[in-house]
Amino acid sequence: MSQDIFVVIEHLRGKVADISYVMLAAARVIAQATGGQVVAALLGHNAQELAGNLAADRVLYVEHPALADFTSAAYQTVLESLLREHAPRAALLGDTSIGGDVAAWLAARLSWPLVSSCRSVSAEGAVIRFVSQTCGGKIMAEGDLPGPCALVMIVPGGYKPEQGQSAQTPQVTSAAAPPLEGLRVAVDNYVEPDTSDVDISREPILVSVGRGIQTLDSIGLVEELARALGCPVCASRPIVDQGWLPTTRLVGKSGKVVKPRLYLALGISGAPEHVEGMGESEMIIAVNTDPAAPIFNVAKYGATVDLFDLAPALTEKIQEARRQRGTHHGAASS
Amino acid sequence: MDIAVVVKLVPDLVEELAIDESGAALDTSYLRLIVNELDNHAVEQAILLKESAGGQVTVIAPDLEGVDDILFTAAAKGADRLIKLTGAMSGVNNYALSNSLAAIIREIKPHLVLTGVQANNDLDGSVGPRLAALLGMAYVGYVSGVTPANDSVKVRKEYSGGLVAQVAVRLPAVLGIQAAGKPPRYVPISKIRQMSKTARIKDQPAGDLDAGNGAAVKHMFKPEMGTHATMIEGEADEVADRLIAIFKEQDIL
Ligand SMILES: Cc1cc2nc3c(=O)[nH]c(=O)nc-3n(C[C@H](O)[C@H](O)[C@H](O)COP(=O)(O)OP(=O)(O)OC[C@H]3O[C@@H](n4cnc5c(N)ncnc54)[C@H](O)[C@@H]3O)c2cc1C
Ligand SMILES: Nc1ncnc2c1ncn2[C@@H]1O[C@H](COP(=O)(O)O)[C@@H](O)[C@H]1O
Repeated sequence: MSQDIFVVIEHLRGKVADISYVMLAAARVIAQATGGQVVAALLGHNAQELAGNLAADRVLYVEHPALADFTSAAYQTVLESLLREHAPRAALLGDTSIGGDVAAWLAARLSWPLVSSCRSVSAEGAVIRFVSQTCGGKIMAEGDLPGPCALVMIVPGGYKPEQGQSAQTPQVTSAAAPPLEGLRVAVDNYVEPDTSDVDISREPILVSVGRGIQTLDSIGLVEELARALGCPVCASRPIVDQGWLPTTRLVGKSGKVVKPRLYLALGISGAPEHVEGMGESEMIIAVNTDPAAPIFNVAKYGATVDLFDLAPALTEKIQEARRQRGTHHGAASS
Repeated sequence: MDIAVVVKLVPDLVEELAIDESGAALDTSYLRLIVNELDNHAVEQAILLKESAGGQVTVIAPDLEGVDDILFTAAAKGADRLIKLTGAMSGVNNYALSNSLAAIIREIKPHLVLTGVQANNDLDGSVGPRLAALLGMAYVGYVSGVTPANDSVKVRKEYSGGLVAQVAVRLPAVLGIQAAGKPPRYVPISKIRQMSKTARIKDQPAGDLDAGNGAAVKHMFKPEMGTHATMIEGEADEVADRLIAIFKEQDIL
């Protein structure tokens, strides 16, 4: 057992994911209190150079051809053996498609407690405190991280990726991989995101629609508003899962990250998975009938009116403003 | 292909949420429970697989307010067997739950177990990967679409930014479903009502719900962000006027 904090580095196709740096920042907060080291566990095939800018005290690098792509089976096997051997005070994983495939599996195999959806940590002496988000971001839950070893799944938002980056390359040591034969999961290929549609991540203005719209037929209301503003429509996950808009329009954790000058959110609650994709927009305006909707915690302006009243009224006023301006410009130039 | 789907009931987030007197848990007295949306997708994915590859679909859900309707709805969509997990199911953690679910699933011996990839109220990770560890099955989560292939399934695993990996998973396996290959089907109330008369729900005691060494929540609170939106008051028309003014200020109009 040690007071070290392990961070399982996430990377995909040659690029370290931002969540890895966020985890390193969180790990540093704990390690400073426990007096342990921040140890980055990097698993891969010819991937050692990814250690370059990790803000860790040291990197444990596990090299194996079976680690060329992320697979749950290979990561589970390697991490179980690594964590059993080192028994750190805590091991941090992303609350993501990668971390999600292994964290709770490891918790069951190692009989270690697990805390998920953790946004930030603090530590005083030996006591490590977690703050997790739950209920779509409407509630935060706080508690002490049980010992002697624990797993923590980190969500983005609590730390900036830059806080987990370093100009100095950390010391890298190799750790042997356990046997990795007969794995039951394999990546066949990757399917690239569709590029034939508009790229919402490059648009300066976006009108975004959520489940508040209720039916496919009503999407037209929002499309008219977007047309008046001269921008595309994007959406939250339920809209895309219903097949009402294509996946290319999805904003959030599993969709695109957008940073437009204006993000007009209609009938979107502002779940953490959505905010992950639009929280950095320059100006967010949210319309939601629920005054407690978390979207108002990231919006600059908000209104609790019904979107079915607002969208048509706003469309008309925009058209009107454009007409006036058209006449005005016309008059000036004639 | 025989499939077991485990379904969870979660707080309806559209309702107002309150924290109870202990300060460490949700007040359940007014809490409205609904089926975890991802579980609707898991049920749909199971029915789609049954339609293309045959087999039996078993749906397992905890005994909480509204569970019978959820199970009958699954039957109306095509589920063959309905199991209700009985016992003190409110607030049970995933450590305890996985152990009792694993015991039931061991008896059913399905080729595939489907769960929602996560729920809106879990604080100790997801049930799916735990079940996989306990049952010695493979696990893949964030799955949106499953196709049968001999002794395996091919799944679409989602990464951020819209990247998808096609992954081969040897059976038996547990999958955490993010979305079904097609949007969940709609079933008319009349058909659900009919199921409530003909379909049978089997009660299965959850047994010893040992919470293990899970982390305890000491304190719950509503997030108070440093910045809250400036609220625009008034009717839709007045709000629209104010937005037009903001758009003009911002050079958007
Ligand atoms: C692993 C994972 C990944 C995910 N990835 C994403 C992602 O990439 N992007 C994403 O968006 N979500 C994602 N989600 C889903 C996310 O958790 C939320 O469920 C989702 O964002 C909710 O969408 P919503 O806000 O449209 O719907 P809801 O949460 O149902 O909110 C609808 C809102 O509309 C309001 N409303 C209702 N009627 C009206 C009306 N007439 N006028 C105005 N307002 C009204 C309601 O008050 C409510 O706040 C993911 C979830 C998981 C588990
Ligand atoms: N109490 C429960 N009863 C049945 N299934 C559950 C329960 N809790 C979680 N699950 C399953 O695990 C999935 C993920 O939920 P969670 O483990 O809470 O993240 C759910 O979508 C269900 O498929």
